[in-house]
Amino acid sequence: MIDETLALYSDVLVYSAMAVYTLAFLAFTVDLSRQGRAVGGARASAADRESRLVPTAASPASAPAPSASTPPVLGESDSLITAGEGGDGLAGDGVGAGGGPRRAAGVAVSLTRLAVAVHAAAVLLRGLSAGRAPWGNMYEFAVTGAAVVGVVFVALLAVTSRRGLDLRYLGTFVVGPVLLTLGLAVSVLYTESARLVPALDSYWLVIHVSVAFVSSALFTIAFSASVLQLVQGRREAAVAAGRPPRRGAFMAALPPSRELDRAAYRLIAVSFPLWTFTLVAGAIWAEVAWGRYWGWDPKEVWTFIIWVVYAAYLHARSTRGWEGNRAAYLAIAGYACVLVNFGGVNVLVPGLHSYAGIG
Amino acid sequence: MADLDTRPREDAGDVRQPHLGPLGLARFAWRQLTSMRTALFLLLLLAVAAVPGSVLPQRDADPAAAARFLDENPGTGPWLDRLGLLDVYASPWFSAIYLLLFVSLVGCVLPRTRAHLAALRSRPPRTPRRLERMPEHRQDEVDGDVDQVLTAARRVLRSRRFRLRDDGDAVSAERGYLRETGNLAFHLALVGLLVAVATGGLLGYRGQVVVPVGEGFANSLSRYDTFDPGTWFDPVDLPPFRFTLDSLSVSFEESAGGNQFGQPRDFEAQVTLVRAPGDASEQVTLKVNEPISAGGAHIYLAGNGYAPVITVRDGNGDVAYSGPSVFLAQDNAYTSTGVVKVTGARPEQIGLRGTFLPTASANPEGFPVSVFPDARDPVLLLQAYTGDLGLDDGVPESVFSLDLEGLTEVTGDGGRPWLTALRPGQTAQMPDGAGSVTFERVERFAGLTVRSDPTKGAALVFAVLAMLGLVASLFVPRRRVWVRAVAGPAPGRTLVQVAGLARGEDAGLAREVEQVAAALSAPLAAGADVSTGGREH
Repeated sequence: MIDETLALYSDVLVYSAMAVYTLAFLAFTVDLSRQGRAVGGARASAADRESRLVPTAASPASAPAPSASTPPVLGESDSLITAGEGGDGLAGDGVGAGGGPRRAAGVAVSLTRLAVAVHAAAVLLRGLSAGRAPWGNMYEFAVTGAAVVGVVFVALLAVTSRRGLDLRYLGTFVVGPVLLTLGLAVSVLYTESARLVPALDSYWLVIHVSVAFVSSALFTIAFSASVLQLVQGRREAAVAAGRPPRRGAFMAALPPSRELDRAAYRLIAVSFPLWTFTLVAGAIWAEVAWGRYWGWDPKEVWTFIIWVVYAAYLHARSTRGWEGNRAAYLAIAGYACVLVNFGGVNVLVPGLHSYAGIG
Repeated sequence: MADLDTRPREDAGDVRQPHLGPLGLARFAWRQLTSMRTALFLLLLLAVAAVPGSVLPQRDADPAAAARFLDENPGTGPWLDRLGLLDVYASPWFSAIYLLLFVSLVGCVLPRTRAHLAALRSRPPRTPRRLERMPEHRQDEVDGDVDQVLTAARRVLRSRRFRLRDDGDAVSAERGYLRETGNLAFHLALVGLLVAVATGGLLGYRGQVVVPVGEGFANSLSRYDTFDPGTWFDPVDLPPFRFTLDSLSVSFEESAGGNQFGQPRDFEAQVTLVRAPGDASEQVTLKVNEPISAGGAHIYLAGNGYAPVITVRDGNGDVAYSGPSVFLAQDNAYTSTGVVKVTGARPEQIGLRGTFLPTASANPEGFPVSVFPDARDPVLLLQAYTGDLGLDDGVPESVFSLDLEGLTEVTGDGGRPWLTALRPGQTAQMPDGAGSVTFERVERFAGLTVRSDPTKGAALVFAVLAMLGLVASLFVPRRRVWVRAVAGPAPGRTLVQVAGLARGEDAGLAREVEQVAAALSAPLAAGADVSTGGREH
């Protein structure tokens, strides 16, 4: 039944992918720090000139005004990307803030593509070794989930760069978690390739879980954007108050917090209907497998909580006083629930969804 | 209505306090409840309130675990129970949150539905005076007179599926009404879903029954081990099917090592089903994930285990009991426990309490345990009691436990409890001529769930509607575009303003305005004298 050679190759490929991800992570980090130094330097000198000319006001270009004073107008921040200094890193032409090509970023993206390809091959072999969808236990779920994050990120890079946007700044914050997940998978969650337990042996496993993967991957990337948004928001506030932060120069290479907010929103707006589908498909499967479509099983509860929190996020963005940072906190809380649902509920809480295959 | 109140106002002299009155207060409360801020608060509250039910054992999902929790926590347990924390999703406070949320939702959505229906029937709004203040704005000078430009604008906007309004020197256009339609459909479908779920719970039922291989089941209330009817369920609606469990094949993981070893791989039951009296019997396969449907109900394979076939001879030497007894699995290796109540034994009734080990071994401390879930080396460990089983007083008794009151433990040498270990085919004599026990062979049983939920189709329809509405409300852009044409400084030239406004997040608005502006310049420019120039790009 189980082809152990393929399973072994899969394990080797997982380790290989981790090695390449590590290199990609380093390259992204090098790029960020270079960008940060270049932009930070340019801004510092600009702010210097400005402050000598107009001692009271910070440079409008280097310090985007807090969102309260600018109306939330669409399209305006598009021009920020192309015109503002902070957007230099977004120009998608490979030209860095210092004017030179972003060689490190290019290398990082190539390495990420390679790592994702190796990673995807590992997932494929694991599935072939058991002749089924490669997400029957927590190890496989972690490895496959991380692969989907990688594939989604590489696809996003391709799509957005065609539109003149550059999401490479997210690389460190996406490849990093992918690497962490794989590390956790191989060290703690590892399980031999085997057949499914009867409860999982259904075509709904493919429908329900694959959509959950894509949705979780988008939530992951949105989470990175939301965290960066909060950090960037604090920097902007500090700069606006005339206290340029000393540390974290790489943040200067990232887009302004408003742009990060919009990136997170778009990712979540795509992910939320997918999560809704996950919920509904899961309910249909539960009806087939257990004879009820909803039974408040811990996994169902947390899937519902995640849905409610992201629903709150979407409502918050159109509620006065909740835009921006507060909404970002909700997005982060939502992702914390995703992690609880994956990690905590599988391992700690007994329930019908206890398929972890560990412990 | 408040104006009809002729009683003197008690606080008529107090002008500083704004007086709302009961109706005003109600209106104020209603406005608060239906505000987005309240909805947001209730959503977050709902998320938080759902958490404890995933951490504490819930009576609804696992009554045994809830009872065990109460036993193990005599101090805090009853308090948590009083607060509804062992039954979160049926508790008043949880219900209060989601019902308030739905009231808030309806209160918000109904006025919006009315407004949207009006908007669907009316024309787009008038053109604002100062288009340059709109989030998207382009200005251009083109060839042609004002009428030509406006005609072109109407054509361009209509082809882009805008709804139009002629507005003097301008055309006002709007598209994407589907966004609001979808949003309203999403919220109303959620209300429908809630109603469907609630009525399903009232009309449906859920029963559980354990059936040993070789035995039958006829669908009637008395046959169920547990039966959980909805409030509006009438037992005469039970579909009159019956079936016999012919076989149950079970397989477990043997090749993979580590924690995969011994995991279940396949459960498959063969059933002879008669859907209604008089119908021909049919052979059907029942598997996990593949329920049988019979007369509006579904039969699910929910569990399985061992039912050792035991024969008991009483003190007189007569066969007092013979048949399969259901032993419930306690762990992944199917170490199972069960009891046998021999009410017909004479001179005294006999109770047996035992542990069944499908693949017996001894753990390092020397205690017998099962090491594999399949029946490779089955051993039945039994203790015996004699006396009164307490079944004649009419109080319902669990078939899985002995009421030790009225029973005396059978003891062997030196007064120690008598304990026997039997392999299939073996017989043990009880001391003092109390009788004998024979372990004939091993059978399996299937745990079956029979369930009917007449509204699950409706729930699915509402869920699908909600999803479609959600997608429309997130991805259909609602946009207004205005085109204003004013005679230019030179004869035959016209100043064109194109402006756009979107509801909510809309990354494509700039492109839309850009393309409308470009389309207005292009066809007019095609027929114009290029040498006049004037346009800059």
